[in-house]
Amino acid sequence: MIQVANEAAAAPAARRDGRALRAGIAQRAEGLAIPLAALLVGLLLFSAFIRALGKSPTQLFELMWRGGFGTWFSIQNTLSRAAPLLLAGLCVALPARLGLVIIGGEGAIVIGGVAAAAAWPAFAGAPPALVVVAMAIASMIAGGAWIGAVGALRHFRAVNETIASLLMSYIAIALMNHLVEGPLRDPTSLNKPSTLPLPDIDRIGAIPGLDLHWGLVVGIVACILAWLLIEKTRWGFAARIAGGNMRAAQIQGLPVGALIVGFCALAGALAGLGGMIEVAAVQGAANASLAAGYGYTGILVAFLARQNPLAIVPVAILLGGVGASGGLIQRRMDLPDATVLVLQGMIFIVILLSDTFYGRFRLFNPERWRRNG
Amino acid sequence: MADRGGAIEVEAVGMTLRFGAFTALDDVSIRIRAGAFHALLGENGAGKSCLVKCMLGFYRATDGQIAINGRETPIDSPRDAAAHGLGMVYQHFTLVPSLTGAENIVISRADAPQIIDWRKERTALTRFMETMPFHIPLDVPVSTLAAGQKQKLEILKQLYLGRRFLVLDEPTSVLTPDEADETLGHVRALTESGALTVLMISHKFNEVFAFADEATVLRRGKRMGGGPIGSLNRDMLAAMMIGDQKIANLDARRLASEAPDVLDITGLRAPDESGLKTIAVDALRVKAGEILGVAGVSGNGQKEFLEILAGQRRHDCGAIHVHGAPYCATRAEMRKLKVRIIQEEPLRNACAPRMSVAENLAFRTFDIDESGRTRVLLDGKAIRCGAQRLIEQFGVKTASLDTPIAALSGGNVQRAVLARELTGEVDLLVVANPCFGLDFAAIADIRARIMKARNAGAAVLLVSEDLDELLELSDRIVVMSEGAIVYETNASCADPHEIGRHMAGHY
Repeated sequence: MIQVANEAAAAPAARRDGRALRAGIAQRAEGLAIPLAALLVGLLLFSAFIRALGKSPTQLFELMWRGGFGTWFSIQNTLSRAAPLLLAGLCVALPARLGLVIIGGEGAIVIGGVAAAAAWPAFAGAPPALVVVAMAIASMIAGGAWIGAVGALRHFRAVNETIASLLMSYIAIALMNHLVEGPLRDPTSLNKPSTLPLPDIDRIGAIPGLDLHWGLVVGIVACILAWLLIEKTRWGFAARIAGGNMRAAQIQGLPVGALIVGFCALAGALAGLGGMIEVAAVQGAANASLAAGYGYTGILVAFLARQNPLAIVPVAILLGGVGASGGLIQRRMDLPDATVLVLQGMIFIVILLSDTFYGRFRLFNPERWRRNG
Repeated sequence: MADRGGAIEVEAVGMTLRFGAFTALDDVSIRIRAGAFHALLGENGAGKSCLVKCMLGFYRATDGQIAINGRETPIDSPRDAAAHGLGMVYQHFTLVPSLTGAENIVISRADAPQIIDWRKERTALTRFMETMPFHIPLDVPVSTLAAGQKQKLEILKQLYLGRRFLVLDEPTSVLTPDEADETLGHVRALTESGALTVLMISHKFNEVFAFADEATVLRRGKRMGGGPIGSLNRDMLAAMMIGDQKIANLDARRLASEAPDVLDITGLRAPDESGLKTIAVDALRVKAGEILGVAGVSGNGQKEFLEILAGQRRHDCGAIHVHGAPYCATRAEMRKLKVRIIQEEPLRNACAPRMSVAENLAFRTFDIDESGRTRVLLDGKAIRCGAQRLIEQFGVKTASLDTPIAALSGGNVQRAVLARELTGEVDLLVVANPCFGLDFAAIADIRARIMKARNAGAAVLLVSEDLDELLELSDRIVVMSEGAIVYETNASCADPHEIGRHMAGHY
């Protein structure tokens, strides 16, 4: 009798476990399938656009593949472009977990790069490792303060963080131009005003054996750490509560203000670090090339990755490849440089639209599989 | 169509409404004879609002017909319904607060002219008002009217628009008992005079028995029964509404001896939501083992008061003490002083809808280990085990621990929140409208839990818009009106009408 009862109790439990497992798999499949489908729709729209220009989309995609991923040279080019996108993507994804839409990563990159270049003279002559670390810290403080201020405005004065961060990035670019053309200008930089060039010894070098700087590794490590922060620590959990429902976080007595300012500052610090890497590994000095649009592409990266730091890695590499192929497309197909921006824009709109499709497909909802109607 | 000006008979035959796989209405037939005051009863989710929305053209029924005065009449849109004289008064007001009653009435007309000749309209309105059994001031902004007057204005508006069949959706939920009696009395008079047919959605039995003359009960989208009020009694209606569900019993009230004050509020001042009025609580104390009920018509500062206690709103001055220690609603204080706060609408206030059930159940404890020390890294296994335990103890029905909590029914979300907040030692429990929008079984269950917490020695501050709930649970009741405590009484000898008068601000 007892055994019978036990079996009867065990059967529904097993069925429930099976259901839960199926629901979990379906949820993950949905999270993968919808962005991929959106990407595909974006590419189709872009094909129509290219067709309307009288060019061949197949030739374009083929060039894109060749320019981004086709050769060892292009892969290295892609990866070095992906490096700043990783950090710029995190600058969007981390505040997004708190429900904040920060689109001013460009400003933090610029200000971080300028801060690194401005800090260098104070440490010139010190051991190179120390110089690099000092520049990194300076850039993170500057970038952190920049976006942290946006978070503080949001929390204490209810200023819209999206607008504030965008406007702050214009201020950052103007500030950079002022400093680079004025107080920080290297008198020998004639055509392109720049700060003093870093000597080779104080630059971030290439990964041994590759034509690729260490920025990629820093970016990937930052993504992994950010994922751990969000998924595995109390601060990340608290941030997810606040992002899921600010009122619930307040009722639980969580320090909402500290979370908002802290996550924004961290996000800005990472973007600032990205700016420092651009200065110390690519440009060799701070100049207008810092505002190359990485901060804006980072928004697309974060949204395509659904604000998941781990997913940022493949997405950043994909978009790095798209960017890397821009030159080749321009030369071979006689299309303007902005073509790649059109592609990014189309994908972005479709990705935003795709967000409304979650939970709508019966395929991804096992509870509704067997019923009809 | 019937002659203009008289009540009409409305009948729905075999109404069926499906949303995908879900059947909201299953072959429901209901006949409301001309001049009837018909009550439509049922729990939340029983299909009451689906039925009336089909009758009024908001939803298109999957199957079934509407007949008006015995003739089949297709109603495909709210406009069709209005053309046939069918209208609805919603639970919440649809008047424009800054306009006067007269302006509200005239602009709601479908054929309101581009340029309104106010003199002409006003004469027409005065003539119309003379035929009405009750009057309200039409020349002052609606925002200055009391809730009961607004509700009457809504009804007047519908009559002015020529409606002869009116659906009232829980018309008294925002009224005091006296206001409710008066308003329903007038509605009853209108039906008796043959001017109007009324279908009233309600879940208050005393209202139904005092004013309605027929009733229909729905459960899970099916008609369970009904008939003339004379042939029914409370037990029959309750049985039809809830079926054979088990209802939790309230524990006997354990008498508290002299207990210390747990919550002590003095001189509290804060601006209300609009920033124009002030929340002013001069002195409020809650003892251990006592339920203090706070009554009041919604919008009289209860929400802001709760938000201050919950740390969602700052106050200008005043002191909140718990166990004699100052309290500012930080996590550390809540934990040390054993304060739990359960705001109304749990999905909006107490849960992160897209996070899983397990994660939502861990909100209070994710950052400490078993011995209460703070931890940096989460313990996923402990979170899941804890959630499993709470789900079993409190009977939360969920497909799995990983289901987003928003996918649960309202009652189960509320149970999950109670499970999280009522586990462990509780010294001060602040609860707001805990049963709003829940079914009978869940309500009884949740009230029983609150009583258990009280009997275990917690001080309970219960803020509710449901006076019956307060009378059932509280030891003491205070009334909040215009942000201040205006009345206090022992619950055992409380007079609901006296409380109602203070709620309405007439004292």
